Amino acid sequence: MLFYLFGAIAVAASLLVIAQPNPVYSVLLLIASFGALSGLYVLLDAPFVAAIQIIIYAGAIMVLFLFVVMLLHATKEEPEGVPAEAGSPLVLPARGAVRLGAWLAVALGIEFVWALASARESGDFAGGSVSSVSALGRLLFTEYAFAFEVTSILILVAMVGAVVLARREDPPDAGGAATEEGAR
Amino acid sequence: MTAMAPLEHYLILSAILFAIGAAGIFVRRNLITMLLAVEIMLNAVNLTFVAFGRALGAADGQIIVFFVMTVAAAEAAVGLAIVIALFRHRESLHPEAFTTLRG
Repeated sequence: MLFYLFGAIAVAASLLVIAQPNPVYSVLLLIASFGALSGLYVLLDAPFVAAIQIIIYAGAIMVLFLFVVMLLHATKEEPEGVPAEAGSPLVLPARGAVRLGAWLAVALGIEFVWALASARESGDFAGGSVSSVSALGRLLFTEYAFAFEVTSILILVAMVGAVVLARREDPPDAGGAATEEGAR
Repeated sequence: MTAMAPLEHYLILSAILFAIGAAGIFVRRNLITMLLAVEIMLNAVNLTFVAFGRALGAADGQIIVFFVMTVAAAEAAVGLAIVIALFRHRESLHPEAFTTLRG
């Protein structure tokens, strides 16, 4: 069945993303995972979401990540352990904290799966599906019009913030970082 | 429509993906890979929204996914700009290189 194929691809690619030492491969594997998720959206009668998953996520956001990875020459893994300058006592038990956090995440996953698998009633996809883009667009510009406009402001603020943050520091721009902190 | 996988299977897949993303945040010590793990978690939530929207026969799940993607794009842009600024400052992507408030 297609669901299990796409699900297996998504899980395997996501696992490899966090197991890869090289961030370039991580980004490419995440694109594969997003492709599988897009297939799942098609199976769920959501072709619009599947399309914007490919166009926005795989096409725009991941390319942005790839640009940054290549810009920073971050293609090699950082050496393990604490960097030389960070000698604060706070970071000494970091290894144990990492292990604890990883086990907590695994426990979270097991708990989720157990709770969902032991749910009493079986959820079937009984109702009709809304898959037409025109219905989605009508809903987006009537009921969700306010959220849509707020989203445009969010994008504008994020764009200005990214430009301000990534700008090279020149001496006369002491106020730029402070105003961006407030806007974010 | 051919036989669809039941709703629980979609939710379980989403939970597994979310746990993978959360584990990635804890395990990896690279700022860019940690941002990628955040994206995995956001996508797991998106899958939940679409699955529930389909199960309820409502379009709202897909609308919410639209907004989540917008927020994810903004988060990626600002987060990567912060990563670039930090890298210029310290020449490192290790999160423990940035433990001091000043300097």
